[in-house]
Amino acid sequence: MQAYLKLDHIDKVFTRGNATTEVLKDINLTIEKGEYVSIIGHSGCGKSTLLNIVAGLTGATNGGVLLENREVNSPGPDRAVVFQNHSLLPWLTVYENVKLGVDKVFARTKSRAERDAWVMHNLSLVQMAHAKDKRPSEISGGMKQRVGIARALAMEPKVLLLDEPFGALDALTRAHLQDSAMALHQKLGNTILMITHDVDEAVLLSDRIVMMTNGPSARIGEVLEVPLARPRKRLELATNPGYLKCRQRVLEFLYERHSFVEAA
Amino acid sequence: MSMPAMKAEMSAVVTPPAATAAPVVTMTPKRTPRAETYARMAKETAARVVPPLIVIALLLVVWELICRRAGSSLPPPSKVFKDTRELILDPFFDHGGIDKGLFWHLSASLQRVAYGFSLAAVAGIALGTLVGQSVWAMRGLDPLFQVLRTIPPLAWLPLSLAAFRDGQPSAIFVIFITSVWPIIINTAVGIRNIPQDYRNVAAVVQLNPLEFFTKIMIPAAAPYMFTGLRIGIGLSWLAIVAAEMLIGGVGIGFFIWDAWNSSHISEIILALFYVGIIGFVLDRLIAGLGKVVTRGTAAN
Repeated sequence: MQAYLKLDHIDKVFTRGNATTEVLKDINLTIEKGEYVSIIGHSGCGKSTLLNIVAGLTGATNGGVLLENREVNSPGPDRAVVFQNHSLLPWLTVYENVKLGVDKVFARTKSRAERDAWVMHNLSLVQMAHAKDKRPSEISGGMKQRVGIARALAMEPKVLLLDEPFGALDALTRAHLQDSAMALHQKLGNTILMITHDVDEAVLLSDRIVMMTNGPSARIGEVLEVPLARPRKRLELATNPGYLKCRQRVLEFLYERHSFVEAA
Repeated sequence: MSMPAMKAEMSAVVTPPAATAAPVVTMTPKRTPRAETYARMAKETAARVVPPLIVIALLLVVWELICRRAGSSLPPPSKVFKDTRELILDPFFDHGGIDKGLFWHLSASLQRVAYGFSLAAVAGIALGTLVGQSVWAMRGLDPLFQVLRTIPPLAWLPLSLAAFRDGQPSAIFVIFITSVWPIIINTAVGIRNIPQDYRNVAAVVQLNPLEFFTKIMIPAAAPYMFTGLRIGIGLSWLAIVAAEMLIGGVGIGFFIWDAWNSSHISEIILALFYVGIIGFVLDRLIAGLGKVVTRGTAAN
């Protein structure tokens, strides 16, 4: 089995003055092409740090990240990130926000007209083409996150990194966007690595769930395969025994074996 | 007093549609609110304009009463107006030398401010960006800035006269050195406050440093930059009047000094009035420009 994305013996130690904190300890994970993998853990366990390492925004202390057998250690559009708080640039319109990445990634390979069409194509993938001339302050939180997803998708990343993408949204909008994310994954077959702290979200969306122990020195505690056929339907799954079993396993891991300890 | 007039106006607007409204039903409800809007606008404007006018009128009366006595050292407003009538009515005369209308003096001063302030804006934003972006640049330069910015503008004038051996560049230098500090400091704060998110976005998209500067830094820090620019333009205007008193030539500062030397107190008062108005306009100009440029930036 060929690993597409490989996290190889990653350690991360933060040093501040004389104090050193080991955040991540010996993280090993291989992800296949087209796989949807979630990383779940209590807050402060270093899962966002791990995602930042994969994105290249933070360096690993030891170990490294291999994408198609090549080490990646700086940020790039091949690992586009959807940030938790959307991170759209408020002075650009929806269209311009997506265009920013497209212009860089396809500067040589696509003509101006092609790039324009590509931006619009990606905006319509997330049903945001109608708001292309709006500024981020004029659209709702869910819409902003859609644009954030479009921006990442438009860079045609090899791996799409989602950093708690739906965490800041209300429950209804979140469900709606989760469905959209599933549909997009089904349609485009992206390789996705998602950080979440929502058990239902992890089970609903993922092929595998990586459960992390509490920090400091967080490790991968357990990896759970989610053997549910796609496409998955939220309502049908609610009573599906396989779904409930997976959910149970994650809950047990999080609340019995590795229940949250208040940070000292 | 104006109320009956306003009412008459309103009824005049409302009446015609009422007379012709029979076929078009929607006309009547459309027109009435518009007349109301005008009335409301007039009321709001009046509410803003009338109180300062009353205060000004009262101050003029008090000033008149105090200064009208014989032997008063300052002229009352009536005398100021009488003395400066010609200056007010003809600001464009030019009898050669420094005997020119106020327009020429003011425009000479404004020109110096424009040069000095433009230089300060460019240098201030560049240095502010450097200091905001690089920790080492900040450690090296910030203490220097903190000391230099406390030096009063006029204290630079002798040094710059020694360096440039001419009044004009010296005045421009004084403007520059006065207004550059708030621009540097505010820009640096703005750059330092760029959210990490924006930096992450730029990193993922792989913007090069120049693109990062134009597409992220400038727009993200623009509100801070304009705060700095606004303080800067105010300080330049403060400094130019003082500097011109010393360097002479054409300029509102020297005009005031010259009027004092010739005991034309009324002219000084008129000049002060203009200086105040122009300072106010300059401030509003930069504020307005900032509003246009930073639209959408502040809201998130």
